[in-house]
Amino acid sequence: MISNVVVAAAAAHEEHNPLMPAVPEIILGTIVFAIILVGIWKFVVPNFEKAYAERTQAIEGGLAAAETKQAEADAKLAELEKQLAEARHEAARIREEAREQGAAIVAEMREQAQTEATRIVEHGKTQIEAERQQAVTSLRAEVGTLATGLAGRIVGESLDDEARQSRVVERFLADLEGAEAAK
Amino acid sequence: MSLTAAIAAASVKAGESGFEAPNAGIFNLPEVGAGVTKSMLLVGLSAVLILGFMIASSRKASVVPGRLQFAGEMVYGFVRNTIARESIGSEHFMKFVPFLFSLFLFIVVNNYYGIVPLLQLPSFGRIGYIVPLAAIAWLTFIGAGIWKHGFFGFFKHATVPHGVPSWILVLLVPLEFLSNIVVRPFTLTLRLFGNMFAGHLLLALFATGGAYLLQDGNLVHGGVGILAFLMGIAVSFLELIVMFLQAYVFTLLAAMYIGEAIADEH
Repeated sequence: MISNVVVAAAAAHEEHNPLMPAVPEIILGTIVFAIILVGIWKFVVPNFEKAYAERTQAIEGGLAAAETKQAEADAKLAELEKQLAEARHEAARIREEAREQGAAIVAEMREQAQTEATRIVEHGKTQIEAERQQAVTSLRAEVGTLATGLAGRIVGESLDDEARQSRVVERFLADLEGAEAAK
Repeated sequence: MSLTAAIAAASVKAGESGFEAPNAGIFNLPEVGAGVTKSMLLVGLSAVLILGFMIASSRKASVVPGRLQFAGEMVYGFVRNTIARESIGSEHFMKFVPFLFSLFLFIVVNNYYGIVPLLQLPSFGRIGYIVPLAAIAWLTFIGAGIWKHGFFGFFKHATVPHGVPSWILVLLVPLEFLSNIVVRPFTLTLRLFGNMFAGHLLLALFATGGAYLLQDGNLVHGGVGILAFLMGIAVSFLELIVMFLQAYVFTLLAAMYIGEAIADEH
């Protein structure tokens, strides 16, 4: 339909073919376009490009700042974690030390007690030995007295003379010990 | 489509009864005075609008944009990144951004004149304004190609395809020369011109035809006339898209031609 109209129009207005450019319009179009081009080139594009560049820089600057902050935060976090690990390590070390000390103390105590017990036992033994020795000595004297008394009474002879008494007792005891050793 | 058929029938019938459908003559408005036409004023106005808005929005361009700067930057970013950088590649595209940005703005503003009440004339329905744009785009991509590859290097780059048996080159080189060098400015011009011309004509047809049918006095014709108005509104929305799209396509193709011309051999 449109083409019909155009054809009809072309036929009706043969004095003006719409496909033929008019010279004044070509000139005017060129001039106006040149004006626009120069205006855009000189005043518009540089300003927009400047804004673009500034924006890019601002964004990149912001990114860089953010990266720095991030790095700082990371470093701080790492440091804190390191400190925490050190503290844990320290605590573990102290615990271990305490345990060792405890064990050492217990062992020492045990040793001390052992020593004390040994000492007490030794002491007891010594004392018993001394008491036995004392008992033997006193018993010997007693036995001597009794034996001489008894013998005196039996032989009717006084054995009160010190030297003789002593000799007799010694002989008796030696006999006794000899008998015991033989037995 | 029955609707179109009905409208066409109505138009034909109306034509018999004296309705003159709008034709290419609607682009030949009487001069405002001293050889100056409405489209000339509009084209001149577009420079004021574009530079006014763009300089205002970029004058105090800062890192955090205000509303005006944001709006300007949106358009600029669209042409700079989506069109120029994508087509030309990030190494050389900045050299061509001012040209492509101006091209896009110039076309889009003049296209949208077609839909602004009272102005209602897409300046680029007049082919004369497009011719210099296409010519400059043509010179730019050829110049860029020669700058990059040298004179003969560029023509070899543009017309001799790789990996083709030499006897086919006899056929291909003239064809490539035709399609890559000769035809491009014409297709650029005609694509934009045809869209703007036809779109405006279509809108004018629906509007004047609808008005004529409504005034006809016949009830059925009146109904068709209302339908014509509704169609006109629908087509207006379509035109809103087409006007942007044509500016985009023109700029994109100009960028792609440049990108192709300065591309490395592969």
